[in-house]
Amino acid sequence: MTDRDTVLGRVRAALTDVPADENPEHVPVPRDHSSHAGTDLIALFVERVTDYRAHVVEATAATAAEAVAGLLTAHGLRTLVVPPEFPEELLPQGPWQQLTEPLSVAELEAAEGVLTTCAVAIAVTGTLVLDAGPGQGRRALTLLPDYHLCIVRADQIVDDVPDAIALLDPGRPLTFVSGPSATSDIELDRVEGVHGPRTLDVLVIRRTVAKG
Amino acid sequence: MRIALFITCFNDTMYPDTGKAVVTVLERLGHTVEFPLAQTCCGQMHFNTGYRPEAMPLVKGFAEAFANYDAIVTPSASCAGMVRESHPLLAEQLGDTGLRRQVAEVAPRVHEFTEFLVDVLGVTDVGAYFPHRVTYHPTCHSLRGLRLGDKPQRLLREVHGIDLVELPAADSCCGFGGTFALKNAETSTAMLGDKMRNVVATGADVLCAADNSCLMHIGGGLSRLRTGVGTLHLAEILARTEGADQ
Amino acid sequence: MSPDNVVWLGSPGFPEAARTALADPQLRRNLRKATTTIRDKRLAATAELDDWEQLREAGAALKRRTLRHLDTHLLRLEDSVTRAGGVVHWAADAAEANRIVTELVRATGESEVVKVKSMATQEIGLNEALAEAGIRAYETDLAELIVQLGADRPSHILVPAIHRNRAEIREIFVRRMAEWGRPAPEGLTDEPRALAEAARLHLREKFLRARVAVSGANFAIAETGTVGVVESEGNGRMCLTLPETLITVMGIEKVLPQWQDLEVFLQLLPRSSTGERMNPYTSTWRGVTPGDGPQAFHLVLLDNGRTATLADTVGRQALGCIRCSACLNVCPVYERTGGHAYGYVYPGPIGAILTPQLVGVEHADTLPFASTLCGACYDACPVKINIPEVLTHLRAKAVEAKRAGRRTPTAEALAMKAATSVLTSPRRFAAAQKAAALGGHLIARRGVIGPLPGPLHGWTDARDTPAPPRESFRGWWQRTHPQPPQGDQ
Repeated sequence: MTDRDTVLGRVRAALTDVPADENPEHVPVPRDHSSHAGTDLIALFVERVTDYRAHVVEATAATAAEAVAGLLTAHGLRTLVVPPEFPEELLPQGPWQQLTEPLSVAELEAAEGVLTTCAVAIAVTGTLVLDAGPGQGRRALTLLPDYHLCIVRADQIVDDVPDAIALLDPGRPLTFVSGPSATSDIELDRVEGVHGPRTLDVLVIRRTVAKG
Repeated sequence: MRIALFITCFNDTMYPDTGKAVVTVLERLGHTVEFPLAQTCCGQMHFNTGYRPEAMPLVKGFAEAFANYDAIVTPSASCAGMVRESHPLLAEQLGDTGLRRQVAEVAPRVHEFTEFLVDVLGVTDVGAYFPHRVTYHPTCHSLRGLRLGDKPQRLLREVHGIDLVELPAADSCCGFGGTFALKNAETSTAMLGDKMRNVVATGADVLCAADNSCLMHIGGGLSRLRTGVGTLHLAEILARTEGADQ
Repeated sequence: MSPDNVVWLGSPGFPEAARTALADPQLRRNLRKATTTIRDKRLAATAELDDWEQLREAGAALKRRTLRHLDTHLLRLEDSVTRAGGVVHWAADAAEANRIVTELVRATGESEVVKVKSMATQEIGLNEALAEAGIRAYETDLAELIVQLGADRPSHILVPAIHRNRAEIREIFVRRMAEWGRPAPEGLTDEPRALAEAARLHLREKFLRARVAVSGANFAIAETGTVGVVESEGNGRMCLTLPETLITVMGIEKVLPQWQDLEVFLQLLPRSSTGERMNPYTSTWRGVTPGDGPQAFHLVLLDNGRTATLADTVGRQALGCIRCSACLNVCPVYERTGGHAYGYVYPGPIGAILTPQLVGVEHADTLPFASTLCGACYDACPVKINIPEVLTHLRAKAVEAKRAGRRTPTAEALAMKAATSVLTSPRRFAAAQKAAALGGHLIARRGVIGPLPGPLHGWTDARDTPAPPRESFRGWWQRTHPQPPQGDQ
């Protein structure tokens, strides 16, 4: 008998109290939990991302490229990873060298920053979700460089976790990012910046004009 | 309404004054209390220590002793919880149909004393007078077992002359836990130490609770360290009226 | 249970094991500081959600749905992972799981692996098994690294080095890092930021070099074959992304029926665990993705006592555990004793109900008693595992196991039996009360019983006990109510 048969046999023997005609769907699951977002999703998202000590900047479509340039310049980046199919109109020229795929692990490790878009953002938790789609690249691109600038379009921000789960494709490799990498392993004091990018900037592009 | 007092074996033997206090308060509120002499013990110690078959005769004895009452009042949150929650479970696991039916009838009629006053009788001012500084420890069985909430405090706040002070970290366990205090004596003592520190910090003269078992544990420690802080079951505070008319 | 299970059984029973921690004021301080910090954070994070109780209900219900049909979900998971290019392995016990992983690593020709923090691999003693096969396993979670470098044992599910403070961690880094790779930086201070930076540098070269990674899983979705790891530091992402081969060892109970179910657990877990709205990183993947991440993926489904737990309809709920460790952080016993006293990888209240079920209650019979039944764990549990209920259930099993294993009853069993005999008769009870009052007064001084020798010393060492009053309540009642209502005696 294989271990597969053994384990499955034991599972079935353990569940003799479950009626034979019961299906998983017969076990009721209440789904009446609700969203915790208010009306102003963008403001909430910005507040929550900032809570993780990430830096958030807002712009309009017209000022986005300029804002990107400002952030990259402020960090004094010399090398910048730009994933495949990153939107041209959001990519400013600057003193940094652009690195594009194919990139080796050593090249990624040496790169100082990475610029990406995202798939979905969650307001309540201040989370960015990357799905390796256009402008995001494979997972390693946002992992090794020490600085990550992620661009979020306002219409990508959803209320809460359930809304994001509903939109995401479970077949793609997903990375949920909530602030820079952190640890609480020393006396449960939170320290930002361990293995992932130690600095996370987020640029939110509002659909029309920036407020104010 | 026929009201029976379920004194609990522990109070019956060690703290008869608590039982007398319950009778005093209920009579002051115009009720007659009966004491079925057939009662002994709810079997909590047996159940919590893993001796379920040994608890069964006590489950049966309880159901029989209290069969004919509308309300069964007890000055013990943990024994109330034992009867309400664990008697049905035991009857289901080890009892026959008859016992299951008996237990299902009796168990819901059991009320912890403060619960009975506030929820059933609808009173919070029982006309007590107790001019002392008092702090209240919500025992685990009153707080998380029976979910008494602030009922005990509402009763205490109405006591005339009382200076009720809040106990820091009130919701943490005192470390009694029945046979836990024997089986894990050192851990129990460590928990007791923290509880005593918090009690002493309040500057209270009296520590009260809805369970004499936890009070015996905390009070025993307070006495050993000669802290001067006394313990009293909450019912005994609610029964006091001396000097109220001055 | 096979004896080759690497559990720390053979460790002394809980009361004895707890003594070390109780006698160590530094450890007590470390634990108190850490548990109170995390407790407050968790309360704040859960209070933000006005439907927290509904979420807990949903979490509990989903775990019921999973466990009651575990075979169906596992087969579905196997199918969906396989179709996505992964390879599924089944392991009935620790030895088999270790054998599978060792062979998989050998097949790659590598002699080292990087590891993501995983309870399952700790449970089976994978690192030790790999070491025997000449394969070095590097723990990459900061706390696991501290434990590994310090040749120590984890004492907490989420923060395995919770028993260490910053000064001790600095000391371990300075002394031991060089033996494992890049030494600690010169002049390392005990600032958490500096210690985290030292770990970053130490582990970086290992991440970049590693060709095989071993991980656990927080969940795997039967419907889609998606597997996920929830983490904070990014060491998980390193392991899940950079190596060519990924081997994930997962307890069979970690499967979830549907992708949608994650909407509940991704809310419950971070808030219960670190007290955050969301943990910094959650990675999910399905099989292999060409051009992104490991191109070989193995999923090892581990039983190792879980099916025995599943067979107990009361104890089964312990398998719903999502390893958030909220129950540890609120437990008054854990706060005083720390995790090592629980003698196994799963400490705290969840350990007290999981360990005896995984290894057999007769091998861990002091654990169900390592609780005051205060109920704080049940209130904190995000999937509503009724830990006190399972504890008393296991106590009964422990007593039965002891009864079955001996010809003469224990002293405790005799005492319980005698108590029942006295308590089933009001007359015998009243007589016993009189005897107790008399006896109590013989040993009491000024109405108080002080320290006593014998089995009660654990109680009397720290507490005075009032001597029983001369008149019991029933004595008083009979004296003052001379005409008792009929039928009561």
